Amino acid sequence: MWETVIGLEIHVQLATDSKLFSSSSTNFGSEQNTQASIIDLAMPGVLPVLNKKAVNMAIMFGLAVDAKIADKSIFARKNYFYPDLPKGYQISQYELPVVYDGELEINLDGKSKTIGITRAHLEEDAGKSIHDLFDGESAIDLNRAGTPLIEIVSEPDMRSAREAVTYLKKIHSIVKSLGISDGNMEEGSFRCDANVSLRKPGEDFGIRAEIKNINSFRFVEHAINYEVGRQQDILESGGAVNQETRLYDPKKDETRPMRSKEEANDYRYFPDPDLLPVEITKKQISEIKKSLPELPDAKKERFILEYGLKNDDAEILSSSLDLSEYFEKASINVSSKFQLLANFILSEVVGLSNKHSLDISKSPVTPDEIAKLVTYVSDEKISIKQAKEVLNESWQNKTNVDKIIKSKNIEQISNIDLLSDEAKKILEKHPKEVQDYKNGKDKLMGFFVGQVMKETQGKANPKALNEILHKLLKGE
Amino acid sequence: MIYKSVTEILEAIKKKQISATEITKEYLKRIKASGDLNCFITLTEDSALNRAKEIDKDISKNNLKPLSGLPIAQKDIFCTKGIKTSCGSKMLDNFISPYDATVVDKLNEAGTIMLGKTNMDEFAMGSSNETSFYGAVKNPWDYEYVPGGSSGGSASAVAARISPCSTGTDTGGSIRQPASLCGICGLKPTYGRVSRFGMIAFASSLDQAGLFTTDALDAAVLLKEISGHDPKDSTSSTVEVPNYHDYCINSDKKNFTVGIPEEFVNDLNDDVKNSFYESVKILENIGCKIKKINLKHTGLGVSAYQVVAPAECSSNLSRFDGVRYGHRSKKSESLESLYRESRSEGFGKEVKRRILVGTYALSAGYYDAYYLKAQKVRNLIAQDFSQAFEKVDLILGPTTPDKAFKIGEKMNDPIAMYLSDVYTVSTNLAGLPAMSIPMGFKEGMPLGLQIIGNHFDEKDILKLSYLYQKETDWHEQVPGA
Repeated sequence: MWETVIGLEIHVQLATDSKLFSSSSTNFGSEQNTQASIIDLAMPGVLPVLNKKAVNMAIMFGLAVDAKIADKSIFARKNYFYPDLPKGYQISQYELPVVYDGELEINLDGKSKTIGITRAHLEEDAGKSIHDLFDGESAIDLNRAGTPLIEIVSEPDMRSAREAVTYLKKIHSIVKSLGISDGNMEEGSFRCDANVSLRKPGEDFGIRAEIKNINSFRFVEHAINYEVGRQQDILESGGAVNQETRLYDPKKDETRPMRSKEEANDYRYFPDPDLLPVEITKKQISEIKKSLPELPDAKKERFILEYGLKNDDAEILSSSLDLSEYFEKASINVSSKFQLLANFILSEVVGLSNKHSLDISKSPVTPDEIAKLVTYVSDEKISIKQAKEVLNESWQNKTNVDKIIKSKNIEQISNIDLLSDEAKKILEKHPKEVQDYKNGKDKLMGFFVGQVMKETQGKANPKALNEILHKLLKGE
Repeated sequence: MIYKSVTEILEAIKKKQISATEITKEYLKRIKASGDLNCFITLTEDSALNRAKEIDKDISKNNLKPLSGLPIAQKDIFCTKGIKTSCGSKMLDNFISPYDATVVDKLNEAGTIMLGKTNMDEFAMGSSNETSFYGAVKNPWDYEYVPGGSSGGSASAVAARISPCSTGTDTGGSIRQPASLCGICGLKPTYGRVSRFGMIAFASSLDQAGLFTTDALDAAVLLKEISGHDPKDSTSSTVEVPNYHDYCINSDKKNFTVGIPEEFVNDLNDDVKNSFYESVKILENIGCKIKKINLKHTGLGVSAYQVVAPAECSSNLSRFDGVRYGHRSKKSESLESLYRESRSEGFGKEVKRRILVGTYALSAGYYDAYYLKAQKVRNLIAQDFSQAFEKVDLILGPTTPDKAFKIGEKMNDPIAMYLSDVYTVSTNLAGLPAMSIPMGFKEGMPLGLQIIGNHFDEKDILKLSYLYQKETDWHEQVPGA
């Protein structure tokens, strides 16, 4: 039996307007190299000036994960050559990061577990190398160069790919809740490196491989699972895992070696003499603390108290800012049927958004529309089955739910007099079956329901209809 | 108009005895007549004359700025917009800066006229100006001798009176040592007094911009204009900038307590010793109290410097990779060869040596033994000074152990070359201000007196220099006169 050991390094792009050390815009998707100033281009003689907002954002994160905040933090140069790294060094932090010694509780399969957060430090992003634009030549886009990041380094506390993804999702939810990142994984605002190793339980850590730059929750799970399998094969055949950096290829669902330990750079870290140490005061920390928005754990408690949700549902809803916002927007228009709403969102809406790989915040069916559907179900205007059908159609055709219900004429008949009339008609039509039923052929109840449904084109409220039929058959 | 100081030129322009155009033409003429000195890498004749015309127009409208019409030479380490900024290197032989350094900006703003960009050791690494891609600069006192370095072109130009003043940079003595060897004043301000923005970095924690002039008052006038906090340089100081010139003229202070570190005078040769103690006598006559002091870690200064400076340089010079600007080898076929060939061809021998030394000192496994240890020595040196400044106002010594050496004499002996900085590096390590002023001659070559002050106490350095220069005429000696 092998035990999987996983530690994550998460890179989170901070939502500042300007770069970490220059006044260039951090806007995504602008024309190449239009957001690269003389500082981002590393012209001779230029100097970095720290964007203090980024420091405050790092502090916010630190407070959210119960970490210590350094009273004095230092920027260091990480030296290596690459064309998208204009200075030939990245300004990062080595000793004395802004945030250290934090922890985060995650919940998986009803069990909770604490993951240690070693540190979170500020650093600047590199530019982008583009290899497929010009034949035989590489192009450099420095728009991203200098964009502020925090790198969040966990302890090797996770024991499965699912735990890693749960942790990753929670961090994602925290940074989005704090408003310090847009968390957009497709645009690279939130990406992670996974350190994976195997060991026999109780033994020392095994040799790890680092899988670089994974940019979706799904890929993280796949990449780790692939890597675990690969390492297990090696170890079980008596081999040794290489300490190396690997890349995950989502198309082939495999990891491939990128560079070995021997090829690894000696980054020659040393304190950046161009920047003064960052002094962080207690006052600054307490002011930031006061301004912190609601975090996922607090939100979960509130969802249980305020909406009476089940623990597990509150947990899932609060773990994603998009999801909780969606729920809360819909909840405004749903009177008291919050658990029903939660069920419907978690099973149906989340199902659709997963199927279409679309963020729930970008769902074509708005929370208001979902509230309507849930209200109709709870008022027994439509059945839950119909609600699902309407949702599907609304998602696909982007038409509003009222229109669909009207056009399909699928409004449920819950009117008792109306249903009684229909039921009576059917019973009168089938005296033999009524007699058989009375003689103990219970199965025939389904027949009667089916007949009424047929008459009403399936619009009869099944629950009400059942009650009415029971009453009529007993009474006769 | 023969040999005028900065203050005299400014006065003459103010009184309209001479126009900015006339004085600019005069200095351009002198520069051209002095071609053999090799002081300039780029002469900006046209732009200087155009600018002089504009300034004359301003003057005619009585729009006078503090340095209106003053010609100045800029060390080619300062970025100058639209003008080649080579840093003395083949690497930047094709580099036209897209922006002005803060020092350049401030001097332009104050009304100066740039005559050109002066020659220097490549990337300011050198003590003789022989490592320049543009060839050695000559010492105007004797063309066979070096002017010192790295700001050799700037020092030689002021000494030869082909520019009334110039800018320099000082990482381990690169202003004071050439000032000493050329017989002029060279002021290195406190670290952080003058912005480093736009000054091509050699060793960021040691680099400081400063000035060359013929006398202390001139330095005082110029220092005020280039000093002050720059939001573009986080390490620049917000300490208030005094009016140095008025302080020199008006303050009654003269009974300074002056410390002489034993470590600075123990091993001097007789000529330097004699000149130095004659200067001490003059200061005593002025009213100064002389005190023997110790700076016991001075001997470690050059060693610590030769770790810290190369370490920082190895990182600072990484940006010269042939990708975005600067020299790009034609031989490059792959990314790695683009780096290797461009840097091999673009950098000279001394620069390569320091990059290698610095890379080594920062390497995994050596960092603690070299870089960290050097930083510890640096702290000890700074402590020596701060303890000394509890007892004395200013510290005095010779700027260099000897007069200038001959061109070629030390090029193959880097250690001997590095040791010519022995009295200057420790002030950089401690971030202190210091100035070299002429104190005599040895065999016809000038000698310099170094005055070191406490942090941000440039005013007392200038005041003492001013008092000394009222009693002496070393600074009025002109080569070839």
